[in-house]
Amino acid sequence: MIIPGILASGVSGHLGGNYYSIATQTVGAGGVSSVTFSSIPQTFTHLQIRLAILTSSGTPDFAFTFNGDNGNNYDFHGIEGSGSGVNGGNSGTNRANMPIAVGGNASTVPSVAILDVLDYTSTSKTKPMRSLLGYDGNGVGYAMIRSGLWYTTPVAITSITATVSAGTVNQYSSIALYGVK
Amino acid sequence: MASAQTYTPIATQTIGSAVATVTFNSIPQTYTDLVLICNPEGSASGNGIILNVNGDFGSNYSDTMLRANGSAASSVRQTNNSCANISNLSGLPTASFGTYETHFMNYSNSSIYKTILSRGSNADSGGGVDVIVNFWRNTNAITTILVSTTGGNFMTGSMFTLYGIAAA
Repeated sequence: MIIPGILASGVSGHLGGNYYSIATQTVGAGGVSSVTFSSIPQTFTHLQIRLAILTSSGTPDFAFTFNGDNGNNYDFHGIEGSGSGVNGGNSGTNRANMPIAVGGNASTVPSVAILDVLDYTSTSKTKPMRSLLGYDGNGVGYAMIRSGLWYTTPVAITSITATVSAGTVNQYSSIALYGVK
Repeated sequence: MASAQTYTPIATQTIGSAVATVTFNSIPQTYTDLVLICNPEGSASGNGIILNVNGDFGSNYSDTMLRANGSAASSVRQTNNSCANISNLSGLPTASFGTYETHFMNYSNSSIYKTILSRGSNADSGGGVDVIVNFWRNTNAITTILVSTTGGNFMTGSMFTLYGIAAA
């Protein structure tokens, strides 16, 4: 079909073969309080986590830890738009995890986030990360950008756990891990 | 832990002469997320880039927007809107080509409402950057995407590419 104004259109194959799906946790009936990716392959350069989650109530944190480290070794800075104002902030004191999505506030409103973890296999650098996240509930919500750092003694990331701070992550939520070469 | 290639181009549309809309039809349902990369230039200043999915022009969209124009940051919200916004309300550049990246999370899941996450930039004098979370209050899988501007046209050379990301 010729579409007026469209010079070219097309469909092609994979994007250079540099982006790989590693594993996905899709939440079933009953919900879960945490998800874990273990035995993460060490064959990529960067990791990306893409999530769309429904939470059971309130506005809990959905927070990540790496390699089972629950020490105060995490930090973040961010800027948030609330729909009426803008707030910049940071984690203040050192945190024991990296919060990513801050509540969907209802079982029907997915909270979404895309988290990039750079050079995750390095054993000589602490691990920087960035995230784009938010939710909107037709009158409530936020849009946010965050940077973060897991600054423990540098080790390769081999496992990632995400835990909701209250209630559960509900059915139909998905948390997917990707590798970028 | 096995891995599989993904982030697959589904379709690209490059504008040869000015058009007001670009449509992606018959979107495959074999992916988990969609990513729409827009690189548009507009014909008239003061306009934004908007989306309608599945031919829905009802008041079923809402958004929360974080934006900055080089001198100030602000945030606005729209409720019961008739479209999704993927740029600042006047974000479509007319002296350069903007960059807009929009993620349709879990677009093929027919059990949940859809959250659409965008970030964009307009390098024109007076332009800016923005992050926008859109909400479509409908559980249907997304099968079509209509990209429009709130006024004028998309100019020659504007490019729109849709990618699919499949979860393992």
